[in-house]
Amino acid sequence: MEFQIDKVAELARLNLKPEEKTRLGKDLGAILDYAQKLNTLDTANVAPTSHVLNLENVFRADEVKTSNAAEKALEHAPHRDGDFFKVPKIVQRD
Amino acid sequence: MDLTQLTLKEAIDLAKKDGAQPLLDAFSKRAQALNPKINAFLRFDPAKVEKNTEPGSLHGVPVSIKDNICIDGREVTCASRILAGHVAPYNATVIEKLKKAGAALFGQCNMDEFAFGSSCETSAFGPCKNPWDLTRVPGGSSGGSAAAVAADMTLAALGSDTGGSIRQPAALCGVVGLKPTYGRVSRYGLIAFGSSFDQIGPLTKTVEDAAILTNIISGHDPKDSTSASQNVPDFTQALQRDVEGLRIGLPKEYFIEGIDPEVEKSVRQAAEVYRKLGATIKTVSLPHTEHSVAVYYIVAVAEASSNLGRFDGVEYGLRVPAKDLREMYFETRDQGFGQEAKRRILLGTFVLSAGYYEAYYLKGQKVRTLIRQDFEKAFREVDVILSPTSPTPAFKIGEKTADPLAMYLSDIFTIPANHAGIPAMSVPCGFKTVPGTMGTGSGTCPAGVPGTVELPIGMQLMARPFDEASLFRAGYAFEQEVGIYKKKPKL
Repeated sequence: MEFQIDKVAELARLNLKPEEKTRLGKDLGAILDYAQKLNTLDTANVAPTSHVLNLENVFRADEVKTSNAAEKALEHAPHRDGDFFKVPKIVQRD
Repeated sequence: MDLTQLTLKEAIDLAKKDGAQPLLDAFSKRAQALNPKINAFLRFDPAKVEKNTEPGSLHGVPVSIKDNICIDGREVTCASRILAGHVAPYNATVIEKLKKAGAALFGQCNMDEFAFGSSCETSAFGPCKNPWDLTRVPGGSSGGSAAAVAADMTLAALGSDTGGSIRQPAALCGVVGLKPTYGRVSRYGLIAFGSSFDQIGPLTKTVEDAAILTNIISGHDPKDSTSASQNVPDFTQALQRDVEGLRIGLPKEYFIEGIDPEVEKSVRQAAEVYRKLGATIKTVSLPHTEHSVAVYYIVAVAEASSNLGRFDGVEYGLRVPAKDLREMYFETRDQGFGQEAKRRILLGTFVLSAGYYEAYYLKGQKVRTLIRQDFEKAFREVDVILSPTSPTPAFKIGEKTADPLAMYLSDIFTIPANHAGIPAMSVPCGFKTVPGTMGTGSGTCPAGVPGTVELPIGMQLMARPFDEASLFRAGYAFEQEVGIYKKKPKL
């Protein structure tokens, strides 16, 4: 099938070079064609598996503990400003 | 005596008496000499191997770690440019456990980028080579872990397995590789690929060594809510060299066209060994096997595309400067991810996107249920299922890179266990002799047949959820009977 590479790349936040688009589009079309074989199976009455352990909600005690995780995470940030990750402007002015 | 040839068990016994330093020195020397050829370690600095003097059961011996498992204060890259330079701010739970048990963390192992691959060729830092034939792949994605163990560059290693990433490279490199039951080992600190599939496990020289490491890394972890609360037995107790009465199933769907005849022969001979040792062999059916690859490349890539959403240049790793935030996301991800990562992110994004979710993702999850039910039925008749690990021995570097689907299909026998969450182990069971490539410096040359190389073949054992003990029992009995593990690549 035809893979709508531009639309999906936009959703995935990926810039692709023109030659990548052709190649990846072709690969992905072939993989989806292969996946069509699943349609030969009747799954009308089959429940989906999202997880093999069939876990219900898992809770832990709500206890306050000390942690320096935030500081350590910021240590290796690409761009830090005080206690924040700094990013480029979100909205450009014309 | 060459200390690098010792098993983990033998090395622990030695370190107990003489300390671990002679071992660390021997492995450092060998790893330094061989890594330029094999590229099993992404980062290895003998000067930085921290001695471990904890009084644990490992007595300071070296263990290597796949580069998608976080070690506090050390770079962790997933073999991707997008994480190059990223330093982990905490230890994975398996690292805490290994350190407490007295392991010296020794080198971070090469892998396919973000564990996306079956050959270690998608590593952004160059492919890893198979120690048995340097023109061939070591398998993947834990190819560096498998190659390092096979080449005696380390004593044992941890890898991760989402669709066969421990077992397939173990088979192709002639070592033991275990994917424990989903939930048996904490995933905390493992950089996620497919969260409902991923498991950490050992790659070792022997089944006994795998049991020793599995004992250490298993168990419930409050930091991973998907880790299981089941008790962890002492797996070394299962190493009894006794399979009397064990019921072993051969799934007929795993002996299909396209499988290398030598691989089939080798696995069928293994079944005969078991029969001789007193096990019962019968044919079982796992009828949905042929759909497992299609399901995997829908469900696992959906999870992957979601998990890899976090790599956007904001909090860690690579950031490509751009005029605004949106452009920064696009540019960082374009330059940071390799082709296979992009392919899977795109595929995962597509199957989760509006209008396609039901036709692909939901359908895939439903067929995953059918695959699980196949195993539930089969395990009513048998205790262990025996199959090839991979349809072929190691293939040539570059042989399958142009055809992603052909590469994906090389995981057809390992993926089902991840769908079902069951434990599975690859154990060396034979060799295939093939013509060598002249002048490549490739290594092996069996007695009397110059110009040929021997390629390891692995068999896969699968068991019920949380019954790793049966895998150790069956794996150990076979290994001790045939003694293949003693054979080494000539390097």
